[in-house]
Amino acid sequence: MDGPHDLGGRHGFGSINPEYDEPVFHADWERSVLTMFPAMAGAGAFNLDKFRFGMEQIPAVEYLSSTYYEHWMHAMIQWGTEAGIFDPEDLERRTQHYLDHPDEAAPKAANADLTEALKQLLPTGMDCRRESDAEPRFSVGDRVRVLDHVSTTHTRRAGYVRGRVGEVVAAHGTYVYPDSNAVGLGEDPHHLYTVRFTARELWGDEPGARNAVNNIDLWEPYLEAT
Amino acid sequence: MSLHHDHSTISADDRIAARVKAMEAILVEKGIIGTDAIDYMSSVYENEVGPQLGAKIVARAWVDPDFRQRLLVDATEACKEMGVSGMQGEEMIALEDTDTVHNMVVCTLCSCYPWPVLGLPPNWYKYPAYRARTARDPRGVMAEFGLELPESVEIRVWDSSAELRYWVLPQRPAGTEGWSEEQLAELVTRDSLIGVAGVASPKAA
Repeated sequence: MDGPHDLGGRHGFGSINPEYDEPVFHADWERSVLTMFPAMAGAGAFNLDKFRFGMEQIPAVEYLSSTYYEHWMHAMIQWGTEAGIFDPEDLERRTQHYLDHPDEAAPKAANADLTEALKQLLPTGMDCRRESDAEPRFSVGDRVRVLDHVSTTHTRRAGYVRGRVGEVVAAHGTYVYPDSNAVGLGEDPHHLYTVRFTARELWGDEPGARNAVNNIDLWEPYLEAT
Repeated sequence: MSLHHDHSTISADDRIAARVKAMEAILVEKGIIGTDAIDYMSSVYENEVGPQLGAKIVARAWVDPDFRQRLLVDATEACKEMGVSGMQGEEMIALEDTDTVHNMVVCTLCSCYPWPVLGLPPNWYKYPAYRARTARDPRGVMAEFGLELPESVEIRVWDSSAELRYWVLPQRPAGTEGWSEEQLAELVTRDSLIGVAGVASPKAA
């Protein structure tokens, strides 16, 4: 979808302003939200692609003015509500309770099964490569154009490469296809490629992109031969 | 004075903290999360998995040409040799900087980042300015971090749009001949693995 998240090449965001000696967490609640990701994914509320699709549905003004972990909270509440984990009225009532009692902590309880699962998950992760018999349509060196029709749901076909011509520089094999996996259509593996565009093809003669190339990973259904 | 707080005096941070407590309370009651799990996961990324791991790998690649070769062919396997692997880095690709090529990593669509070698991303990496500008104005972004490269150096921007995680193998700085791996690792920064900085020569420091 053409949401506020699709930021590559947009003007108007000002300087980067890195924070010197930035801490890993800026508030205690960020620790909880981080852990809610594997916990709620494990409970079946979302997969990685559906989670991203949730964040992309944040209204644009809110998306651009809220923090990373607030984006996570939005997707967690959206999909947690859909999965029957959260009831919006109950969540609102409890939020008001903690606003009225700011010194009260959330209830503490151990979850040995989740902790054990995390000890397995964090050092290994969740591989998204899937074996498939499908023959790749493209190979390294091929010129390809990114299809420029618009998706109204989740896609990794970034706006700045749509309609542009690049060269396949790596063919990676078959991976979970986010466009399907985000909307309940299964993993639907497709071939994944790294495609290289000259900055001139994308941005013309802008001085910040002199002698530059842009590489981006694109799934086969995004591409056509030129 | 009202028993309820006046909404206008409640900061946005207070609101978020209260909402997270409410979410956490429900998830605890339903057996979906636990305090021990939160403590475990946050402590892994606060104390164990961070840029010091990426620095160790870069230093090894600088002193061991065979390891460097394995890293450039298959970074995932080479990192495993050093006990480095995991979530948001299930498959990693190391990008080699040379005298004529400089690499930079971004995720324009969200905030994908190689957690096993760098830990959790800094805020600036996740916010709109970096994500928007790096694709289009990489030289301008680098300049803001203090890195200005001649136009003869090709800038390669890598947008992490799939589940492959890219990071930069920076060039070993001059003036470090004979240094140990441990000494070299001390020089390597998070920003040099993202590609917004080089590794400074100790002479210049």
